[in-house]
Amino acid sequence: MEGVIQLQRQLVEYRTSLYNEGFLDDQFIQLQQLQDESNPDFVVEVVSLFFEDSQRLLNELTKALHQQSSDFKRLDAHVHQLKGSSSSIGAQRVQKVCIAFRHYCDEQNTEGCLKCLQQLKSEYSLVKNKLETLFKLEQQVLAAGGSIPM
Amino acid sequence: MARTVEKRGEVLDQTSELHVLAVDDSHLDRKVIERLLKISACKVTAVESGRRALQYLGFDGEKSSAGFNGLKVNLIMTDYSMPGMSGYELLKKIKGSSTLKEIPVVIMSSENILTRIDRCLEEGAEEFLVKPVKLSDVKRLKSVILKGDGEENGDMRTQKRKVRDDSSSLSPSPPWPLSSSSSSFACDFSPNQMKSPSSLSMQSPLKRPKLRNIF
Repeated sequence: MEGVIQLQRQLVEYRTSLYNEGFLDDQFIQLQQLQDESNPDFVVEVVSLFFEDSQRLLNELTKALHQQSSDFKRLDAHVHQLKGSSSSIGAQRVQKVCIAFRHYCDEQNTEGCLKCLQQLKSEYSLVKNKLETLFKLEQQVLAAGGSIPM
Repeated sequence: MARTVEKRGEVLDQTSELHVLAVDDSHLDRKVIERLLKISACKVTAVESGRRALQYLGFDGEKSSAGFNGLKVNLIMTDYSMPGMSGYELLKKIKGSSTLKEIPVVIMSSENILTRIDRCLEEGAEEFLVKPVKLSDVKRLKSVILKGDGEENGDMRTQKRKVRDDSSSLSPSPPWPLSSSSSSFACDFSPNQMKSPSSLSMQSPLKRPKLRNIF
């Protein structure tokens, strides 16, 4: 059974890698600062909302892009929402794809939109995995009696 | 002696708790803003639309006071893009109401669009914040509101365009219009900085990674 120190180190290293690889940005740090003993699950709760939003919006986008003719305004509205959610939790790579996606919507470029949707799904899946792993590591630290280092 | 500001007969000073009405259609964003405000010792009521906000404020198109339910609202923070009534439309309704117009309104938006910002400030918005809103934004807002802004509203408005440099945005920043509008002040800031007409004493605590030269 790993000691608390090792678990904490593992957590910090993993978390740092997420920032270095651009999965998460400063906004995620901001969220962590809003968590305390009175709201110990704040970050997990917010991220869960992000997962819900993303799932729903990706489904909507998929449906919308497989219509006979795409309603680019509607597409853009969905992407805008997803951009907002990802930005609110600091999911930087997802946010960046959303920005590119919106440009294709402006240009009414279906090919570009389809490509972006693929990318979005892939980036979302990646960050979801990363975050779930992060939370698991946090749980391990807590279970071992340690606290989450900032 | 602490400076006080009267808001609809209520005296607020530096130790008062602000009651903020937050309006945003995104559940996620409501959760975050609520936390930001609570951590900053504010009371919060979060609603999901402009219509709900007006309902809460007891606004029914006529005089409201008697129908007002709940605590007095000292500040309204609203998202700009919302389905149905936008934050801009909500702003107009509030500033157009004799009973509500004194309440400062802050617009939040993920999009850093100068014309949008100008519109809002012109319509009487206290500030325009680029999302995601940070703790430092809320802290600064709180002190601005508590210090009393009644007299300052006119000139300071252009100073309140606190735009954050959105380095992830691919949209080109418009060239800074040096010779535009009312401001005769030669801005030495790069396009995404706040426009400061008269006084530089109001320091923006926002990160300004690209603050460099001077056109």
